[in-house]
Amino acid sequence: MSNLLTISPSPHAKGKETVPSLMYGVLMALIPAFLFSLYFFGIGALVTTLVSVGFCVLFEWLIAKYILNTKPQVCDGSAILTGVLLAFNLPSNINPFIVMIGALVAIGVAKMSFGGLGQNLFNPALVGRVFLLISFPQQMTTWPLPIENRLNYLDAVTGATPMSHDMLGKTDTVDMLMGATGGSLGEVAAIALIIGGIYMIWRKIITWHIPVSIIGTVAVFTLLVWLIDPTVCVNPLYHLLGGGLMLGAIFMATDYVTSPMSSTGKIVYGIGIGLLTVIIRLWGSYPEGMSFAILLMNAVTPLINKKFKPTRFGEIKTK
Amino acid sequence: MGGVHPADKKITAAKPITPLAVPQTVAIPCAMHIGAPAEIIVQKGDKVKVGQLIAKATGFVSANIHSSVSGTVKNIGPVADASGYTKQAVYITVEGDEWDESIDRTPDLKRNIDDLKPEDIINKVHEAGIVGMGGATFPTRVKLMVPEGKKADAVLINAVECEPYLTADHRVMLEKGEQMLIGTQLLMKAVHCDRAYIGIEQNKPDAIDYLTKLSANYPGITVVPLKLKYPQGSEKHLIKAILGREVPPPPHLPIDVGAVVDNAGTAVAVYEAVMKNKPLIERVVTVTGDSVNNPGNFLVRIGTPISALIEAVGGMPDDTEKIISGGPMMGKAVNSLEIPVAKGTSGILMLPKSLAHRGEPAACIRCGKCVDACPMGLEPYLLSKLAKLKRFDDLEANHITDCISCGCCMFACPSNRPILDYMNFGKGKVLAIIKSRKK
Repeated sequence: MSNLLTISPSPHAKGKETVPSLMYGVLMALIPAFLFSLYFFGIGALVTTLVSVGFCVLFEWLIAKYILNTKPQVCDGSAILTGVLLAFNLPSNINPFIVMIGALVAIGVAKMSFGGLGQNLFNPALVGRVFLLISFPQQMTTWPLPIENRLNYLDAVTGATPMSHDMLGKTDTVDMLMGATGGSLGEVAAIALIIGGIYMIWRKIITWHIPVSIIGTVAVFTLLVWLIDPTVCVNPLYHLLGGGLMLGAIFMATDYVTSPMSSTGKIVYGIGIGLLTVIIRLWGSYPEGMSFAILLMNAVTPLINKKFKPTRFGEIKTK
Repeated sequence: MGGVHPADKKITAAKPITPLAVPQTVAIPCAMHIGAPAEIIVQKGDKVKVGQLIAKATGFVSANIHSSVSGTVKNIGPVADASGYTKQAVYITVEGDEWDESIDRTPDLKRNIDDLKPEDIINKVHEAGIVGMGGATFPTRVKLMVPEGKKADAVLINAVECEPYLTADHRVMLEKGEQMLIGTQLLMKAVHCDRAYIGIEQNKPDAIDYLTKLSANYPGITVVPLKLKYPQGSEKHLIKAILGREVPPPPHLPIDVGAVVDNAGTAVAVYEAVMKNKPLIERVVTVTGDSVNNPGNFLVRIGTPISALIEAVGGMPDDTEKIISGGPMMGKAVNSLEIPVAKGTSGILMLPKSLAHRGEPAACIRCGKCVDACPMGLEPYLLSKLAKLKRFDDLEANHITDCISCGCCMFACPSNRPILDYMNFGKGKVLAIIKSRKK
């Protein structure tokens, strides 16, 4: 026994969650979606994910150690998570060099140049993805057909996503729910993503505000447009289950660092993402608007934090 | 709104209150309450009895202090208390255990309060030096003197005991339930109101059952079981939970929403003061910890050094690295075993190495868990950052003075950030600035 007592201010008790436990919790929640993508895209899904995670962790370590001269924190799981989320936003047959460039942009530009974990303004995985989408538009928008390409990687047979303009409304919604459609490797199986989301809410990793407000806004907005003019907008179910909506609403928009702090702020942010997504999908030149919508709302997050404060206890509301 | 769920660890809930042997010397500080320190009226060499006044209240917010032992005043000098600061104290060498004759030491219950006038009760509470025994130690008399133009419409008895480990109030309810209810009646009478609520957290079902049964004979008193959540026992949150009213931000007080809140132990002390003429000279203290041999609840004379309490539970366990006066959420880590038990000492907690140290702080990941946890609706991440930058105007604009220092933000923080340290620093500075402005 040491003879000296430890002194510190209160509190002397601490909850169980730590940054790594939260990050690995999110990774746990991504496991169902990963299993589905392995089933549908096989070896390509595995290789792309491993390459992405590997490069994200490597770049974070190198930049922290040799450029920022800080102690690398790669064990906190955030770089692994960025890697997985980046991979989930890529077609499974993509060239590993492209993945590497995405990882460099995600970690190097979007995260470490701001000062590392907690400092970045934009979601790193999405910055990486959007950079690739602009730089490699062709490779980023040809998706391998599910199941039949399980054993093929770079030479997979490709097809369109249910979100491309000429395919809209022609895919079975049950296939979309279960993931048997073309698309980025982690976004196809809505059901697996929803299971992950429920797990995260149950474990209190995230709150319901962001996913529910995004999904609700998209549902209401597309339903209204669909009722007014079905030629502009297909059945809202397609919009909810297709593209990156579930992945974005549940896993990308809820990124701690780049989303608002208060519950009301989170709802405003979610509604903003929902509106922008539908606007881009229906009237923009890209078939999918989720990534852009989230990044745009990331930019607004500091303003949302300023405007939408939590309700102060005992506040006199009439003043 | 807000709050956290620490493991409640009420290891001593079934341990009856045991009177602790009177120590050989006591050191009774003259500032065991919020407000002006009491003025010492005894001198070195004076003989004192148990219950004799040794320090007088000075000013409106202050409290009398009585000798908790009989013997000779050995010295008047400084003593360090749980806060780490030194206070003037009366050191008394114990000789025998001779009580002041006016104190009724029989166990008989005295129920008849009909002849008492509200002023009598308030005066008695003042004479007896009663302060809030939950830990805040606000002089009880001040709470009972309802300011002109305000009206108390409910007395709330705070029997929540939401701090982990502590069971002092729990045992008091089980062993002194009648006294507590009579004390509650006295409080109701003092503030001219005819209803009272006893708020108890649901982790004390025996106390809820027992008091619900007893309270059938006490018209106007209702037992309210409350959800398990820290800080349910914060005065403002108790009022919200029971009456559904929110006390507006400072300088507003509970009385502004018609509530007078007193702790369970305080209600018993009021009974003893008014009906038995016994001043506040002893209190129940929980002495506990995960690796303590024989933890328990003890009736302890004020001024007893905590070393005597630690001895009573079988000594300090070998793995102890931190000793806390109070509970783990808001208690103070002490730096000496000689600090005296004061009127607000509800527990002595010995934490083993595994629980004694803070984690290494990491970068804030803006997860917002501190915002969700804050029971006052503040933004701790922002306030701690502003305090670090010494931006006191911004701190004030973001309501730092609302902070009740409950510690939920730090409990919830996954990055082990010292949020509350910064906030306490900022709050202190801002309060000083506000005070200097009024001059």
